[in-house]
Amino acid sequence: MNPRNAARLGLIAPVLVGLCTLGIWQAACRLFAIPVYLFPAPSDIVASLYANGPMLLHALGSTLYVTLVSLLVSVLLGTAIAVVLVQHRLLQASFMPYVIILQVTPIAAVAPLIIVLVKTTSMALVLCATLIAIFPVISNTLIGLGAVDPGLEAYFRMHKATRVQMLLRLRIPSALPMFMAGVRIASGLALVGAVVAEFVAGTGGNSAGLAYEILQSGFQMDIPRMFAALFLITVTGLVLHGGMTTIERLLLGRWMRPVT
Amino acid sequence: MSPVVGLWGVEKIFGSGVRALAPVDLEIQPGEFISLIGPSGCGKSTLLKVIASIHPPTAGLVRWWGRDFTHVGSEGHRMAFVFQDPTLMPWARVEDNVRLPLDLERVPASTAAPQVRAALEQVGLGHVLRHYPAQLSGGMKMRASIARALVTRPDLLLMDEPFGALDEFTRDRLDGEMARLCYENGLTTVFVTHSLYEAVFLSSRVIVMAANPGRIFGEYHIDPAIRRDDAFRLSDGFAHMCRDLSQMLTEATHATFAGAEGVSP
Repeated sequence: MNPRNAARLGLIAPVLVGLCTLGIWQAACRLFAIPVYLFPAPSDIVASLYANGPMLLHALGSTLYVTLVSLLVSVLLGTAIAVVLVQHRLLQASFMPYVIILQVTPIAAVAPLIIVLVKTTSMALVLCATLIAIFPVISNTLIGLGAVDPGLEAYFRMHKATRVQMLLRLRIPSALPMFMAGVRIASGLALVGAVVAEFVAGTGGNSAGLAYEILQSGFQMDIPRMFAALFLITVTGLVLHGGMTTIERLLLGRWMRPVT
Repeated sequence: MSPVVGLWGVEKIFGSGVRALAPVDLEIQPGEFISLIGPSGCGKSTLLKVIASIHPPTAGLVRWWGRDFTHVGSEGHRMAFVFQDPTLMPWARVEDNVRLPLDLERVPASTAAPQVRAALEQVGLGHVLRHYPAQLSGGMKMRASIARALVTRPDLLLMDEPFGALDEFTRDRLDGEMARLCYENGLTTVFVTHSLYEAVFLSSRVIVMAANPGRIFGEYHIDPAIRRDDAFRLSDGFAHMCRDLSQMLTEATHATFAGAEGVSP
């Protein structure tokens, strides 16, 4: 099979699998007359998506805002932390255990404390999402900054390169593939963090996100709306992942394949 | 006149306790093409890296043009190193890779550009300067690495088995080009190799090393006036020299095992 046909098949095959699954799901719901409050058919979810469109889009905007702000904070802060830690082994040894503690403590357990301590709800949500998203940025950037080709490092040293030249001309470009892989993982985790924080905060009013919509739908037994909100979360995750992969390809595609 | 590089009583013991070099004395004169050859673990690369100041010696004295390393890099005292692997920056285009040593010295772009083009032309890569290393073959990557070494117009060129990973055909071609570059420009070169044919073809002096610990076993001189071309490679003289050097290498290998027996409990 030639590469162009293989690429086409790679796109068509998952779409076909999805369509078949939806068809079977729709048929099963109708054939077995499953009540909509138990398990809605895809058509019920689409109808709910249409009927509750403005409300769900508003909730999507809220979740997306928390996700993107926390992703941005994670990337900036995580990179800065990694650049500082890589300067000295002792710094890394002193602070890395705490970075790991941050990662291994479940966000659902920490989120109530953050929501109590931080007065502004949106800031509390951003903080929760950042706590979960920052780890892959720090970890991957540290690995990337440390994993420099020893030959190139020796070459730079032999040419009496300064610390700044080593960082800008060698360490940062070397770290780029690992850094971008970290940002890609962080984008998904920022969304997870935002949703988990919204669940814990149970926020309503203006800052009501998609997790709040899922909670409310559950209370009201409006299961199609619950699925519609879930669908929007999934689509958001996919779009974020796709966006990050595209940025990664634009940045690295000319000289290497992105780290998968 | 002081040698380009002088090593007197140079020893290297690594942190692990491995004694890579026993006291070594070596003087490299201007315009010499020296090959370091010997069995694995005889300290060829270590000796080259001591000359490059990548590895500081544990004991002994190293002098470059009669002075310490701080003067290396100034006009007339430039040194360039070619690694076993091309060690190119994969994120940078060929021209940016070649310009790297000039950038590190903060040479203005207007001065660097013609030097980069000239170095790439010298190694026959003038047509791929906008390519990335991933788009080049193994031989072309090695040429780019050599161009990066030549761009600073070095007075001393150090090469650590640069063509070891290439096929024989490409290696022979690059050896021919290297010989032309070095002999035509009178460039002092130290070249590490595993191939005695390569050593005979390229060198004006072959240093044979023995291992356990790494030391200089002997020297073999070849007339630098001989034209390094295919006719030389196919000549009886070349075959004789290869046989003589092979004999010396066999003796060095025996000395290596004798040394190993001597140090093992």
